[in-house]
Amino acid sequence: MINEQYPKIYFYRRIVQAKLFIDTHYSLKIDLENIADEAYFSKFHFIREFKNIYRKTPHQYLISVRIENAMESLKTGIPVSEVCYAVGFESLGSFSGLFKRIVGMPPSLYIIQHQKLKAQMAESPLDFIPGCFAEKKGLLKK
Amino acid sequence: MISKMTHVSVYVLNQKSAYDFYTNKLGFKVIKDVPMSDDDRWITVGPPDQPGFEIILSPLTRGLFSEETVKALRELVEKGTFGVGLFTCNDIFATYEELKAKGVEFTKAPKKEFYGTEAIFKDDSGNWFSLAQLV
Repeated sequence: MINEQYPKIYFYRRIVQAKLFIDTHYSLKIDLENIADEAYFSKFHFIREFKNIYRKTPHQYLISVRIENAMESLKTGIPVSEVCYAVGFESLGSFSGLFKRIVGMPPSLYIIQHQKLKAQMAESPLDFIPGCFAEKKGLLKK
Repeated sequence: MISKMTHVSVYVLNQKSAYDFYTNKLGFKVIKDVPMSDDDRWITVGPPDQPGFEIILSPLTRGLFSEETVKALRELVEKGTFGVGLFTCNDIFATYEELKAKGVEFTKAPKKEFYGTEAIFKDDSGNWFSLAQLV
């Protein structure tokens, strides 16, 4: 049995629940004020404590979760316009702009680059696997 | 002169389930996912804030080792013999609560040590890791 009595345990649980709420509901229109209410904090207090722990404000964190999920969806070949709304953005322009700022390239280029990489991996897997491992696995041609 | 470590192997009982554990529970990023055959993939993952460090999810199946060795290693991993390493985090209590909420099994709750506050958790195979907020 492990001891769970550390200082401010309920405080941490409330902040973590708010973070997990964002993780699972990022695709919806999230009102961060409601999250603060649900965590029993004032909005100001909630933002400050959230940032102390996650080094991002709840809004910045929500954006990063949406972009991360957009990247995963784009990798599966879903079109940019669909991904944009599916991860919770309301305008294609703001999605593309934020995506480019955070990822370093527009979503359309991200898809092309990922598909190219995927094709290379499928065609020549040994170009991506360390030689020592491939040799032990017997993947190298004698 | 050796400059840094970039890859480390973690032997896992089931690669698919380990993939789910390391990505969906620990929140790691998939760095490489290369198909090698129908049921064999080269998968590496890593903590999001540490680019350049890859954890190889090595399935304990025949291929790398003899059948006898695989059997022995699987038994050892399953019973929690191997401590693989130490992860650090910005806030140990928040990380502990989050991982617990996601179903990660801890064998030690956060406790003050001379080097910081540390907890211990197990992956889905039985490998254990320290999780610490260092001083």
